[in-house]
Amino acid sequence: ADIISTVEFNYSGDLLATGDKGGRVVIFQREQENKSRPLSRGEYNVYSTFQSHEPEFDYLKSLEIEEKINKIRWLPQQNAAHFLLSTNDKTIKLWKISERDKRAEGYNLKDEDGRLRDPVRIKELRVPTLKPMDLMVEASPRRIFANAHTYHINSISVNSDYATYLSADDLRINLWHLEVTNRSFNIVDIKPANMEELTEVITAAEFHPQQCNVFVYSSSKGTIRLCDMRSSALCDRHSKFFEEPEDPSSRSFFSEIISSISDVKFSHNGRYMMTRDYLSVKVWDLNMENRPVETYQVHEYLRSKLCSLYENDCIFDKFECCWNGLDSTIMTGSYNNFFRMFERNTRRDTTLEASRESSKSRAILKPRKVCTGGKRKKDEISVDSLDFNKKILHTAWHPTENFIAVAATNNLYLFQDKVN
Amino acid sequence: QEMEDKVISPEKAEEAKLKARYPHLGQKPGGSDFLRKRLQKGQKYFDSGDYNMAKAKMKNKQLPAAAPDKTEVTGDHIPTPQDLPQRKPSLVASKLAG
Repeated sequence: ADIISTVEFNYSGDLLATGDKGGRVVIFQREQENKSRPLSRGEYNVYSTFQSHEPEFDYLKSLEIEEKINKIRWLPQQNAAHFLLSTNDKTIKLWKISERDKRAEGYNLKDEDGRLRDPVRIKELRVPTLKPMDLMVEASPRRIFANAHTYHINSISVNSDYATYLSADDLRINLWHLEVTNRSFNIVDIKPANMEELTEVITAAEFHPQQCNVFVYSSSKGTIRLCDMRSSALCDRHSKFFEEPEDPSSRSFFSEIISSISDVKFSHNGRYMMTRDYLSVKVWDLNMENRPVETYQVHEYLRSKLCSLYENDCIFDKFECCWNGLDSTIMTGSYNNFFRMFERNTRRDTTLEASRESSKSRAILKPRKVCTGGKRKKDEISVDSLDFNKKILHTAWHPTENFIAVAATNNLYLFQDKVN
Repeated sequence: QEMEDKVISPEKAEEAKLKARYPHLGQKPGGSDFLRKRLQKGQKYFDSGDYNMAKAKMKNKQLPAAAPDKTEVTGDHIPTPQDLPQRKPSLVASKLAG
């Protein structure tokens, strides 16, 4: 199985999509309520698998274009079919996933096994009838949005108008209409005239969940810009600029690298946004630009390991973060297959592990603890024993229930709240 | 115990370690070098022939590991798509789910 590169629940939470490094999308569906198996509600089974992107080669630049799926975003469901957007570095595709559970039988011109009947032999006409068949789930590409990004796409975000969406690469953000593939509008362009003057890149972007004219984008320098599309066609000038002031005396070689924001997510209620940088998660009130309202340390013990993390490139790992449905808890991943949850009201934090050994079916996860110095207690793990190859970069939270999906390299874990 | 002014933060200590190992590391910390490397992510090949050769080489290398039971396709004839082992099935749901 391939390395999972993105995980996303749909709006109802009944479907969970994963994208992988091999360009494949696997969709899981929640088991329906089943009286004979009361515990089966809450299980997710494979619903559909399809190849979304293939590796390509850019002949002009002699560059390989990876088929890895960077992001998947669902569209809200408007009819029996499901739609999602999936993107690699260069091309976004709109996929339609539909069910077929009936088949027409009794054709006039062909037999049941498909062989053509000789028209001369047909003496009477019959009307084909629909008969039930085993459920078949088909995925078909409905739109291909290509050739709009010179740099690598890091984000896509569906607008609350359900008609447009944005795609962001390192230097530009484009606005698309879901129906139109041959045109997109550039709404942010931070490419300097002279590339030697390049100082920051766009790392993530998202539309506001209710205000269809507002979006934010984060940068490699730890800043977030909020833009209003009503103010001008090209939103190079931000409406709000979010940055936490830095103590100049604590600045080091690593400061800018670890301040780079790897993910930005609006809260469901649209009043807050959350940013993830290398060592922490910050919650910002959209009405306050000069500092975050909450800061949570994910793995502060790594601050004394930055040198080796720089050497093995782990310092550039891009962790994502997510809100629960009520915006009361936030979750993000760490190393050693650990992931962290922070309860905003109580400030309680938990560290859990996603691994085969610690996750037997229906077993309750034991909280984990990293020993930062001195004597290591039993059951604690020391910083030097952490496996930095086991990183949890992608997590997702069910939109309404306490169900979480955690991607640990090439394994997907699904956890739920204790059922009494 | 009082903290002395000269106590170095863990971050600065790591910085000193890094500078000791790589004295020529750029003056501009986290600046254009990183960004330019980031913008050029993606393996560059000399030309498309080079790319196709590398892809073919990758496929041949994978054959012994992927399908030890099946007849290996190497050497005396050019492999065709039918000869290559089937792609492994995709993710299955975690055992927690089933």
